[in-house]
This record gives sequence, structure tokens and C-alpha cells, in this order.
Amino acid sequence: MSHDEHRTGEGATEGGTGSHPVGGAASVPAKPVHDGHRVELRVGDPVADPGLGTHEPRPTDIDPAAEKRAERQISLLFAISALLTLGFCVAYFAIPRDTEFAGTNALNLTLGVTLGLALLLIGIGAIQWAKTLMDDHEMVEMRHGSSSSAEDRAEALAAFEQGADESGFGRRSMLRGTLLTSLGVLGLPAVVLLADLGPLPGDDPRKTVWAKGVHVVNDVDGKKLRLDDIQFGQLVNGQPGVFFETEDGEPLYEGTELLNAKAKASVVLVRMVPDEIVNAGSAAKGVEGVLCFSKICPHLGCPISLWEQQTKNLICPCHQSTFDLADGGSVVFGPAKRAVAQLELGLDEEGYLIAMGDFPEPVGPSFPEFYQD
Amino acid sequence: MSTRIETEGSSTASTKRSYGPLAGPTRWIDDRIGLAGLAKKQMRKVFPEHWSFMLGEIALYSFVVLLLSGVFLSLWFDPSMVEVEYQGAYAPWRGVHMSTAYASSLDLSFEVRGGLLMRQIHHWAATLFLAAMLVHMLRVFFTGAYRKPRETNWLVGLALLQLGIVEGFAGYSLPDDLLSGTGLRIAEGLMRSIPVVGTYISFFVFGGEFPGSDFIPRIYVAHVLLIPGILLGLITFHMLLLVYNKHTQWPGPGRTNDNVVGYPLLPVYMAKAGGFFFVVFGVTALMGALFQINPVWAFGPYDPSKVTAGSQPDWYMGWLDGALRMMPALEFTVFDWTFSLNVFLPGVALMGLLFGVLAAYPFVEQWVTGDKREHHLLQRPRNAPTRTAFGVAGITAYGLLWISGGNDIIATTFGVDFYTITRTLRILIFVAPVLAFIVTKRICIGLQRQSAETVLHGRESGIIMRSPDGAYSERHVPLAPEAAYALTAHDRPDVAALPPATDHNGVAAPHNRVQHARARLSRFWYADDRQKPTADELEQAHAHGHDDEPAPELDSAQEFQGVNELGLPRRH
Ligand code: HEM
Ligand code: FES
Repeated sequence: MSHDEHRTGEGATEGGTGSHPVGGAASVPAKPVHDGHRVELRVGDPVADPGLGTHEPRPTDIDPAAEKRAERQISLLFAISALLTLGFCVAYFAIPRDTEFAGTNALNLTLGVTLGLALLLIGIGAIQWAKTLMDDHEMVEMRHGSSSSAEDRAEALAAFEQGADESGFGRRSMLRGTLLTSLGVLGLPAVVLLADLGPLPGDDPRKTVWAKGVHVVNDVDGKKLRLDDIQFGQLVNGQPGVFFETEDGEPLYEGTELLNAKAKASVVLVRMVPDEIVNAGSAAKGVEGVLCFSKICPHLGCPISLWEQQTKNLICPCHQSTFDLADGGSVVFGPAKRAVAQLELGLDEEGYLIAMGDFPEPVGPSFPEFYQD
Repeated sequence: MSTRIETEGSSTASTKRSYGPLAGPTRWIDDRIGLAGLAKKQMRKVFPEHWSFMLGEIALYSFVVLLLSGVFLSLWFDPSMVEVEYQGAYAPWRGVHMSTAYASSLDLSFEVRGGLLMRQIHHWAATLFLAAMLVHMLRVFFTGAYRKPRETNWLVGLALLQLGIVEGFAGYSLPDDLLSGTGLRIAEGLMRSIPVVGTYISFFVFGGEFPGSDFIPRIYVAHVLLIPGILLGLITFHMLLLVYNKHTQWPGPGRTNDNVVGYPLLPVYMAKAGGFFFVVFGVTALMGALFQINPVWAFGPYDPSKVTAGSQPDWYMGWLDGALRMMPALEFTVFDWTFSLNVFLPGVALMGLLFGVLAAYPFVEQWVTGDKREHHLLQRPRNAPTRTAFGVAGITAYGLLWISGGNDIIATTFGVDFYTITRTLRILIFVAPVLAFIVTKRICIGLQRQSAETVLHGRESGIIMRSPDGAYSERHVPLAPEAAYALTAHDRPDVAALPPATDHNGVAAPHNRVQHARARLSRFWYADDRQKPTADELEQAHAHGHDDEPAPELDSAQEFQGVNELGLPRRH
């Protein structure tokens, strides 16, 4: 910051502006108005700069009583603020955590209101102080171009060139080349070191826990489902039975592993009158009109949960992709491109619904290798 | 720099005058770091005043509120994905398995006194931070404050806005509730849509498959350390540049391109800005007390098989969500590689496009207009019709995307089906910005004409006069010179400086295509503007018509009371 700031000083710029109306009959427009500072009319401009107006005194500038009153009022704001802050501390200890007041938590309300008002009053007081009591003469400061002076620039460049020259960086091409190479190569570890951020995708996005014989169970209580448990027109949320199975009292899936598996394996079951199913291939994957589809949206993976019984449409709440479950889960509307994946169903010997294998394609959002194998 | 410190040192030593109790400490500090030279300049630095200059301040202060409330939250929040069985104060989830992160958010809300308040202050301040930054950016745009020499600060500001959005999304993800998990699910899908490397990016970011257990701890470090650190650095730079380039001001009597008129930092701005910080803090605290935001306990822990219907992201993500909803299903596979443009274009590329256009705008405008001067005076939006029209077109597009983000809510509220809404929006997104552009430009030019009229013929007084021969006319009150000056103090664009689009034979000169495109653009930029009246026009206006009127009794010059926000004369 090499520029000096010239201050014209408080009040120094007040010019007595005469009243020179323009636009009316009596004015002489192109004549500059003299205010002791700027008199020249810029080329092409119709009206000259009349200069800063006069300073209008405020009541507090001229009336000592008004000044005292303002001071007292502002002090009062600060004093109330201090009281409110003390009130905040009292409330912190006095109000039990779980008291209700007017439908909200009383402690939260009291703490927030006391703190909020205390802060607000300090702010309003300070601004009032500035507005009513601090000197309000406008000041003028000159600007300077943002650039450095031409000499400074030349000197800086010369200094740089001299330095660069003394280093020999330009001449010694072998040194330069090897140094730049060694520095450039240093970028590699910065990338390589990140490789352990995650495993390589491998087959993971393609597989779910569904396999031949896995029971389709109710997602809340883990009960196995029979055909009769699903009414016509009804939509039931399902999960693979393995999520509810235990081994030596320990669940097979828990924590992160359970969430990761669920994010791919969640399904919905619908039951339609077989005539309503327009897609024969899709009907064949079900059992007596009971069909099973992935619950994970092929758009961006939200659980698709809105069921329109009349139209047999399943709608994703995230971006409204709409899938026709009577037509193999095909897309009727929305940003999703692919049909929602269907899981082939069968029955075990006892008549419970089971999967006949994994999904035929990856579930959830597309990825670049989606159609590779 | 070095010479300055030397002279400062010697002058300090020779200072005889005593400054009361401050003399000792300031002497001690100055003997060591020699700040007096800087302080003497900056302490009485002049800042101009205008309500719209407070928008950036709101952003700055809400950032400070975020730092303070965020530090408080980080004392209790535990960003761990370890599964626990909740046994805390909130009865509905007792016995439920959840992540430690979610459980600690519940503890913050129900067991730490003041915790809920701080969570709500933090979230409200985040909302305010982003809103203030956005509106501040619009202010800078529509007044041309980004012009030379402030292009750098425009770019810094854009970086701040982008980082702010990322930071807000990261914070929103931390509590690991159902809503934040749904947001992450979508973010993971966006990563996958990146051509060729998408799957790898997703696996590296999430440490494997979604949701995994690595993401929340990772994003936590980004949220509390990395991004706030960068934000802090950039904000400092933003402020330093502001001080160096000095603030822009509205043109008006005595306010020129070469000066700054306003009040000194010490004491007026210290008091006003400092006070304003407390106002912003106070308002966010009151909001935290009175208005619920993000009640994570109501959503439940994240479960990838569940979703709350009508779930909405924070407002600043709404437009992206809307773009995803609006986009038709465009996905194809070439050479076995799948390109999900239905996701990539709205979800990833659009953000890049928006910020790319915003970053390029000052330079494009400079190139088209050939204007390489330094500008320290703000422009009224009407005086830059093309820019204003572009801005309004952009806001229109943004608004439509945002509406699209709430299409389900609009559908249920107004009983329209969302297919109709989405189809309409798909058309409007192309048509409406163009219409907005045309209409805005017309309005601006109309306003320019009105200003020019006022300068030439004075203000309309509302008094109807009947002349002796029976003609009616409205009495025009002459303008005070201050008012007339404020209306004409802006620059007159130099359209003629550019080469013509065709050579003297009327044929496009082949070598100079770029120059021609530029000339054509420049004409498009300016040609329809009503430039401010020239001195000749003004003289003519006075020579005609008004000579027979009596000298005005309504002397508006007497009413002049300085200028208002728009640089227009303030009257009573
Ligand atoms: C520009 C800055 C910031 C923005 C926009 C931001 C935004 C957010 C948002 C939207 C949330 C979710 C709040 C909720 O409803 O629970 C959040 C949570 C959180 N933030 Fe920030 N934040 C910022 C800075 C910080 C800083 C500097 C810290 C700490 C030093 C911090 C610490 C936290 C913590 C610990 C949480 C989780 C608390 C919880 O949800 O229970 N934040 N942040
Ligand atoms: S995630 Fe289902 S439509 Fe986007």
C-alpha cells in the first residue's frame, strides 16, 4: 500500500452551494457551479457537479438537552442489555431442561430470547450512538489508481530480472529441467497417497444379498411372507430375511454393513390381479400376481415409496420418477432412465415367498461401467 | 515497505506528545511491529454509506456467528458412525440403534443446556450467510461494482459463495438423520454420474459403498477445519482488497470517480458496523429461540430404505434439486460406457456452468464494451440495460429451477399434478429468461427516458395549468442542480470507439471476424439505450417551450436535503 491518503479533512469540503435550478426556465445549465472544489464540467455532461451539500445539524448537535436525552436513552439500552444477559445466566440454572412453554422448550426459548435481545440492544445502542452523537460531517478521501507507479513497476521487474539472472535459472537448462521434473513428480505421491481412501469398486455395485432361497420378509418385524399376507392393490415393504437372522445370538448384519446392504437390497412387493399386469415377462417373474421390485430408485437411489393404487404407479419422492409396476416397472415419467429392477420370486416348500436369485442388473443409480460385465 | 518502517521507527522515538493511558501500550507494540504507519492511515479511512453496502456485512457477521456457534457444537458433537443403542432423553427413539453422530445430535438438542439454541442459531446463521452472500453478489452485479479494478474481488466472492454452499451441505450432512442421509444418497448418485471415473470417485469419497462409515468423519474435518480455514483466508483477502481498492460509491454531488465521500472508520463505522454485528447475532439468536429449524429428532436416524415424503434440502440447494427434477431421462451407452446426462448435466455441469458464466461475465463485458477504465462509481441498474436484463434473465432461470425443486409441494398445495408443472417448467426454463431479458431491457430504457425527461424538463409537479388559449399542460418543477447532476453523473458509453461491423463497402471485412462480432455485440449492448442528455440538448430544452412560463415559485433547490440511496436528491 504505497499510496498516501490525502484527507480533505472534516467539514473542509462543505461548499456553499448556491441554488441554481436547471431544467426550468431560469437556469444556465452548462455553466459550472463554483463551490471551491470542483468546477470543471466534464466533456459531454449536461450538468456540472455542484459539490457536496451543506451539513445539516441534527437536534443533538445544537440542543444540549437533546444531546443529554440521547445519551441517557442509549445508556438505558446498554443497561437493559446487561440485565438480560444476567437473566440468561439465571435461566440457564433455574429452568429445567424439559419444561414446556407455549408448545416449545422453555429453556431454549428463555435463553434465546434473553441472549438475542441483549445482543440486539447492544447493536441498536451502538448504531444510535453513531447516528445521533458522533460527528456526522462527511469526509472526503481521494482515490489513487489501483496500480503501482510506472517506476515501481519497472523497478520491480528489474529486480526480478536481476534476481532471475543471478540465479541462472534461465541459462542453466539442465538444472532447471531436473528441478522442475523433481518438483512435478512430487505431485504423484499427493495423489498416490489417497489411493487408500477407498477400495476399488470391483463387483460391489452389482451384487446384493439376494440369492436363491433368501426369504422376502416384512421390513418392520422380519416375518416371512405368504401370498395371502399381501392384499390385492397393496404395497408391502420387504427386506431379505438374512437381515433379521442371527448366529449364536449375534445378528448376521449390523451397523454399517447392514446399512450398506440395505441401500441395495430393499424391495417392495405388490399384488395385482394377473389380468392387470400388461407385461407378460414381468408377470412370469412373480407368483400369482405378487411381484417384487427394488425399492432403490434407478435415478439417484432414493427409496421409492409413493404408491398410486389406481394407476399401479410407484413414484419416487425425490424427483418424481414414476414407474409402472403393471408394466415391469418401466419409467412413465421423470428423470430416471431405466426401469426399476425386478426380483424373481418363488415359494419355498412351506409356501413362504423367496427370491429365485439376485437382481438381473445392478440396482440404484447408474454408473459408468453399468452395462459392462 | 522497509523504508516506511524505518521512518516510522524514528518518528516514534521522537514523539514528544503524550496520549494519555494509551501511550505506554501503543509505544510497546509499535516499537516491535511498527503498526503506527498503517494505523494512522486506516483508522480514519472513509467509507461511503448506503443500505445495500450492508449485505456483505450481513454475510461477514453471520460467518462470525457460525464460527462461534460451531465451536460450541463441536464440543459435544461426535462425528462417529459407531452404532449405539439410544438411551437418552428423547423417549421416542429409546432402544433404537443409531450412529453416534445422530445420538450426539439428539444429546445436543435435549441434554446440553443451550445446545438446541446453538444448533438452531448455527443453522439459521448458515441460511442467512448464504442468502446474504447471494443478495450481496446480486447487488455487486446490478450496480457494476465488479468492474475494473474489482474483478479480482468478484472472483474471490464467487469462490466464497461456492465454498459456502459446500460448507452448508457438509454441515447439513453431519447429524446423520434421515433427511441428511437422503441428501447424501443423492450426492453419491451425482458422483457416480461423472463420466468414466464416477464409480471410483464415489468409492474413494465414501470409503467404499454408500453409506459406509467413513464419510461423516471425513466431511466433519472438512466442515470444522478445512473449509472454514479457507473461507477465513479468502474473507480476509476479500476485505484487504476492499480496503485497498476502496469502496465504490453512488455518484452524486461531490462524489466523483476520484474520491470517496463518507464517514471515518473510527469512530462512526466502528460503532455502526460493530453495532450491526450485534444486531445480526441478536437476530439469529432470536430466530434460534423462536423458530424451529431442522428438528433432527423428528426425522429419525438414517436408514437407506426410508424417506420422508416432501423432504426438502436447505434453500440454497433447492435449485440443483429442481434441475434434477426438471431434466428429461437422457442416458446412453457408447463403447460400454454409460453416460447419465440426466444426472450429470443438472447435478454437476450446471453448477460449473453457472459459476463459469458468473466468473467470465466481467471480462466478457469489458471485452464487448472496450471499457478498460477504472470505475469507482456505481451504476444504477437502468443505466446498464443489457447487464440488468442478463441479470434478471439469470434470476428468472434460477427462480424456475427453485420452483421446480418444490414441484411436489406446489402440486399438493394447488391441486395441480406435478407432471403438468414439470412439463410447463421444461418449456419455461428456455422461454422465460428470454422474455425476462427483453422485458427488462425495455423497462430499463423506459426508465432512462424518464430520467432524461426529468433532466430536460424538470419534475412533474402534478399541477395542471390552463393556458390562455385553453391548452392544458402539466407544470414542471425545475430540478435542483444537485438532483440534475445525480441523474447525469454516470459515464456515457463510448459506442463509437469500436470498429464498424462492416467495411466502407458494406461488406464484412474477412480478416477481422472477431472485431466484427465484438462490434455487433457492442451495438447490441448499447444501441437502444437512451443516453443521458447532452449539454446541447439541455440548452435546447430550455430554449423551447418554457420561456413563456413565469419563474418557478416552487424552488426545489431549497428542498434539497442531500442524496438518498439511489443518488437521487432526498426531499421532505
Ligand atoms: C460457513 C460456515 C458454516 C456453515 C455454512 C455451517 C453450516 C452447518 C449446518 C447447516 C449444519 C447443520 C446444523 C443442524 O441443523 O444440526 C452444521 C452443523 C454443524 N456445524 Fe457448521 N457451519 C459452518 C461452520 C462451522 C464451524 C466453523 C464449525 C466448528 C468449528 C461448525 C461445526 C458444526 C458442527 C459440530 C455441526 C453438527 C452439529 C449437529 O448437527 O448437531 N460449523 N453446520
Ligand atoms: S432419486 Fe428417484 S427420482 Fe431421483
